[in-house]
Amino acid sequence: MAAVIVSSLSAPMPPTAGGAPRATHDPVWVRWTLTAVALVFLGFFLVLPLAAVFTEALWDSQKKAFRFGPYLAALRDPDALAAIKLTLITACIAVPANVIFGVAAAWLIARFQFRGKSLLSTLIDLPFAVSPVISGLIYVLVFGLPGWFGGWLDAHDIKIIFAVPGIVLATTFVTFPFVARELIPLMQAQGADEEYAAITLGANGWQTFWRVTLPNIRWGLLYGVILCNARAMGEFGAVSVVSGHIRGETNTMPLHVEILFNEFNSGGAFAVASLLALLAILTLILKSIIEWRHTRSQRS
Amino acid sequence: MTNPAATLPQPSRRVLPGFGLSLGFTLTYLGLIVLLPLSAAFLKTAGMSWHDFVAAVASPRVMASYRLSFLASLAAGLVNSFFGLIVAWVLVRYSFPGRRIVDALVDLPFALPTAVAGIALTTIYNKNGWVGQYLEPHGIKVAYTSIGVFVALTFIGVPFVVRTLQPVLLELEPEIEEAAASLGANRWKTLTRVILPELYPALLTGFALAFARALGEYGSVVFISSNMPMHTEITPLVIITKLEQYDYQGATAIATVMLMASFSMLLLINLLQKWSRRYHRI
Repeated sequence: MAAVIVSSLSAPMPPTAGGAPRATHDPVWVRWTLTAVALVFLGFFLVLPLAAVFTEALWDSQKKAFRFGPYLAALRDPDALAAIKLTLITACIAVPANVIFGVAAAWLIARFQFRGKSLLSTLIDLPFAVSPVISGLIYVLVFGLPGWFGGWLDAHDIKIIFAVPGIVLATTFVTFPFVARELIPLMQAQGADEEYAAITLGANGWQTFWRVTLPNIRWGLLYGVILCNARAMGEFGAVSVVSGHIRGETNTMPLHVEILFNEFNSGGAFAVASLLALLAILTLILKSIIEWRHTRSQRS
Repeated sequence: MTNPAATLPQPSRRVLPGFGLSLGFTLTYLGLIVLLPLSAAFLKTAGMSWHDFVAAVASPRVMASYRLSFLASLAAGLVNSFFGLIVAWVLVRYSFPGRRIVDALVDLPFALPTAVAGIALTTIYNKNGWVGQYLEPHGIKVAYTSIGVFVALTFIGVPFVVRTLQPVLLELEPEIEEAAASLGANRWKTLTRVILPELYPALLTGFALAFARALGEYGSVVFISSNMPMHTEITPLVIITKLEQYDYQGATAIATVMLMASFSMLLLINLLQKWSRRYHRI
């Protein structure tokens, strides 16, 4: 094993003249040390937490064995199922809404010149700079009982805060920039030549969009959707403020994890958490595949 | 910004359709989802008297939370800058088995929900945990202390420095290193006088991004911290506590202070990125 690492560590480097250390690459001991430091750091901060999630979900410390029965039971719990359902519903609304916005914003910013364009780009990124807790708070200030529309909504018996619409709105806010941010630089780099050609050849706007633009941006769009979805399903702080924490009704998966953990039901908490961790791993795999496709298509 | 559309004269607006539609939709959606709710925070604060505002945002408990949030985020940002530099260097310059997997794993804090990270870190660092059981006998408590807050903030900041440095390292031309070497510099001199100065703007940007993210972080911290006022309570948690006590005004005032801080960071990061881009064009 060690020999494999040595040979591959030194593989891409040309042989040094006369074995003398050259100033353009690092000596072997430096490579080893730095690689070890990097791997230990990532191991401690990334691998360990990830491994802990699955171990805690499946390992029975009393019987010293993996157990699947309690794990599946924890996932089949009606409150857990309700949380999974609510998380899926939320993502199914927030993600498409932000996809439509992302495409419109990218079309606007990458295809037209107008005043205030750079201000608009900055404003689109704004939700990334806002603390999740504040992202929830601002919706309470608009739709909550003490908020702008609180009295009117209460009089008409419409619940937004401490109900599903509030959760969807807060999630939409925190995932707002993801798709636009991927598409704007992509469409700027691609340029509008193909769209000009389509229009010149007589295609109308929608035909140009569906037949030319969309196929060109589909990988970038998918990339944005994957990141947007991961955040939408995993958002905790913002949703926690607007949810009201009603078991089986307004708890998303991350909120359900919190409740179980605080009730010292560690097994149940980690069982639900393991689903979210699987989603994270799937997200990373898909992301890597798209990045790999992208670099390969750029090289060819 | 080298798209052909930018170089075309004004009438280009009319060549492609959809300007009005995309402008209208973008502005409406941005206004309703982002600008209107955000302005609610500022308007609510503007309605407070100066005395009430100061009382809300500068009480000893809130000041203690600023101090913890600031120092823990700073420490986490610095640790991430140091190790992020090494990780980025190793990922770009060396090849080893599993490099691609390690590279993908760096983004884990972006993909893993913060609550999941929070309960996992708490379990690892508490007194029976994988790491905690070895630290506790030496008198080092991580879970339920401010060190725990620092650990959680370090976790969520991992990708920022690595991801801002990687493209810069990739574009670094080997010729300058060869030039330094042929002029008689040894490896250490080449590294500190030639390579590192090239990386400073990106390193600083990565640090600022990690720091800004850590300031507002909530989900991963609340589990690993004991959340004791004056000691282990971060500013976002103070906002939550005030909300739970129906002190909307107090919560909003503190939120406004945090928003100002994060918008200043955003401005600073934009300037840093501009500087970094200009720096590398030369």
